[in-house]
Amino acid sequence: MSIQELGKQSATLEYTGEVHHHADGILGEQFETLEQQNTAYLIGMWAFIVQEVLFFGAIFTAYAVYRFKYVLEFTLAHHELSVPIGTLNTFVLLFSSYTMARAVRAAMQNRHTKQAFYLLLTFLFAGVFMVNKYFEYGAKFEHHLFPNAYYSAHEIVEHAKAKGELRVVVEDGREMYELGKTIRGEFKPFKKVSPEEFEQRTKLFFGFYFVMTGLHGLHVLVGMIVIAILIGRALIDHMKNKPIADYMPVEMTGLYWHLVDIVWIFLFPLLYLIGR
Amino acid sequence: MAGHSGESHVHPVSLYTRTLWWLMALLVLTVVAGYIPNIPNWLGVVIALTIAVWKATIVIMNFMHVRFSGKLAWLFAGAGFFWLVIMLAFAFADYVSRPWEPFHGWPE
Repeated sequence: MSIQELGKQSATLEYTGEVHHHADGILGEQFETLEQQNTAYLIGMWAFIVQEVLFFGAIFTAYAVYRFKYVLEFTLAHHELSVPIGTLNTFVLLFSSYTMARAVRAAMQNRHTKQAFYLLLTFLFAGVFMVNKYFEYGAKFEHHLFPNAYYSAHEIVEHAKAKGELRVVVEDGREMYELGKTIRGEFKPFKKVSPEEFEQRTKLFFGFYFVMTGLHGLHVLVGMIVIAILIGRALIDHMKNKPIADYMPVEMTGLYWHLVDIVWIFLFPLLYLIGR
Repeated sequence: MAGHSGESHVHPVSLYTRTLWWLMALLVLTVVAGYIPNIPNWLGVVIALTIAVWKATIVIMNFMHVRFSGKLAWLFAGAGFFWLVIMLAFAFADYVSRPWEPFHGWPE
């Protein structure tokens, strides 16, 4: 008898209640009880989530600093984003968080088909989110709002002019933009910038927009892959008629998915809504 | 059998549906608040962020089960928030209290 087998046997004697979990592969050898194992899983996941919070937090901080500095330019750039699409995407993502929570609940109850159903719903909502993003990005490319060499603030300027928030003035033979507000038919300027400065600063906004929503979209995509794997696992568990399956993978994916939802909860108002 | 499939861990469906309705109501509220005309910029940001924090809190408490979790989960969730506040506060303390450093090739 090997040392490991001896060890296992002594564990068997001590923790009779958990023996079958070792046998059916749910409980790892290094853990004494399932509760201990689950806590270890959860804390590991939480450590990852805290890291993610700080990862996104750094970008949010940078965005906040630049928005604070170029608030008028950023506000005009905000207006190019579509609130209806943003709202729809928020709705879809919040709903997917709900279906994910239901999937975790079904997993805890070992209801494999129900779990697969809710995971599939979550997957589909995520898909709707990504399709929306695809069209949204496409429109930005089309209007030259992607911050590359073809970037142009032309549309932002035209829209701002029409809304009475920007006026072109000529100063020493140079064209300048006055940013301000039209109140009762009278234009009140707050700030004067050159067209080059305006272009660079609004380009910065779209840089933030694409980096923030792009990284978030990448997280959604990774989540979709993991959810797809979990759907497969749940269906296999169902076909094998497994009475008890480890619900922790679903629970941990759930935590990750809610984090992705929370990041969007902050992205949506900060990019689409403020300064309307 | 401590912890396994944990009947004690399974929460009623109403917890999740109630959370969903709150989230939807807050989504409507934040969109409507975004269209209040002629409010100062800072106030718009404060309203939007307050609602966002509210939404995030109910997701963390109810969907992520922190409300029902042990002290260690609370510690981690709190630590994430705490470090984020440190990062934001210190970054801003710096940017609002010093002149902008010129950087070659960038506009002022």
